[in-house]
Amino acid sequence: MLIEVQSLNIQYGNKKVLENINLTVSSGEIVTIVGPNGSGKTTLFKAIIGSAPIASGKIIMSPSLKVGYVPQVLNVDLSLPLTAERFLNLVTNRNDRGALRAKQILGSEDYLSTQISNLSGGQLQRVLLARALLNDPDILLLDEATRGLDQPGSAAFYKKIEELRESSGCAVLMISHDLHVVMSASNRVICLNGHICCQGEPLSVASSPEYRDLFGSNIDGTFALYQHNQKENKSRINNSNA
Amino acid sequence: MLDDFMVRATLAGIGVAIAAAPLGCFVVWRRMAYFGEATAHAALLGISLSLMFEFSVFAGALFVSLIMATLVTFGQGRSLFLDTLLGVAGHTSMAAGLIIVSYISGVRIELMAYLIGDILAVSKTDVLLIWLGLGAVLLLLFWRWSALLLCTLNEDLAAASGLNPKRENFILTIALAVVVAVGIKVVGVLLIIALLIIPAASSRFLGSTPEKMAVFASLIGVASAILGFNASYVFDTPTGPSIVCVASLIFLLTLTFSSLTQQFQRKN
Repeated sequence: MLIEVQSLNIQYGNKKVLENINLTVSSGEIVTIVGPNGSGKTTLFKAIIGSAPIASGKIIMSPSLKVGYVPQVLNVDLSLPLTAERFLNLVTNRNDRGALRAKQILGSEDYLSTQISNLSGGQLQRVLLARALLNDPDILLLDEATRGLDQPGSAAFYKKIEELRESSGCAVLMISHDLHVVMSASNRVICLNGHICCQGEPLSVASSPEYRDLFGSNIDGTFALYQHNQKENKSRINNSNA
Repeated sequence: MLDDFMVRATLAGIGVAIAAAPLGCFVVWRRMAYFGEATAHAALLGISLSLMFEFSVFAGALFVSLIMATLVTFGQGRSLFLDTLLGVAGHTSMAAGLIIVSYISGVRIELMAYLIGDILAVSKTDVLLIWLGLGAVLLLLFWRWSALLLCTLNEDLAAASGLNPKRENFILTIALAVVVAVGIKVVGVLLIIALLIIPAASSRFLGSTPEKMAVFASLIGVASAILGFNASYVFDTPTGPSIVCVASLIFLLTLTFSSLTQQFQRKN
């Protein structure tokens, strides 16, 4: 067990944001949190990294757990000059294994001297992921990491995450909006809306009434579409690699 | 050497400029200019209290600035209109300070010195205080530099890296309070924020990393202090405003220079 959340409650003022959350992430698992806007996904993440005030409940992390966090955005003010390379060197507990993984993710080093604000969406994505890998984490936390990527782009990204899990054995806990892409890449899906509506294997969650209530009745079509799309995406990616 | 008021004034100006510049970079990056201004204005209350009860002006200004810093750090996230609250607190303190000063006889003439600074009147103790403040601020910034940068970029990323963003923000506001307190003798409560943000803004296009930008900002700050001081001597103008005007001229120069080079690069 890497992370165990026990009856977690969080409220801002009088507004209950998260109610009675229980969840666990074991090593090597890919767990995805889905939910509508304002369902508390990001708050749950903040609680896990220790930046949201907990009203009651517990979050137990396994001792000496190494966490790699990939944020949604970076607020690089236009007044702040910052190269990708300098960003990668900001406060990390790097180790050799992690540095090697980061290097693999970065690929070409041509863009490291580029200002962060001038990176393309895909390059920024790689830089953020590479930074999270520098300490060779036991668990990766991805907060809507594919925002700003197109569908083939996010499919390729999730493929990379899966490869990473295979090669390093690190667990992945992620928030995602790409329902159809995410489903195939996860071992477990947690459907959140202030409380946990349902959780389990992707297919069983997708067919549960709670999930349909949240995401509408046309999910069937989307889900079918996704599997179809997924293959299409893969072949497209393979083609572009060839 | 310190018996010469010219030497004392120059040392005081340089000290404040060096401390203000790298801190000013954070003020610019984090868009804290309004906070800096409200803190500086509030310091006038501390000054008036110190005049009334006859204790050190530096201590009075530092005390009130620290209260403002604490208010902001712990008010963040609790209130959606922090900006407005800052404005209320800062300007109420300033108004109260002005009223208190009006009750103390003989001080009204001196007031101008605290609003725009009176660098020619700095004592040996003032120079010592300024350089102690400078040392403290530089040490603080040097120690927390990377952590502060990461908090500026993304507080959650900082928290995930084991930092406490609230603590880092508090460190920054304390440094700001110190600079405001030591800067009052040199440029006064109305202009200290200019010494923070203008050198930082001027160096934006001179360095490709935050560190280079901060070093350039310090150099520009020192140049402004020395040139401004000499200009005020030659043209017989008030020193604090002269330093700020020189800094602004340098800002215009670097701005023009950088936009020209950018256009040149685009053409090629």
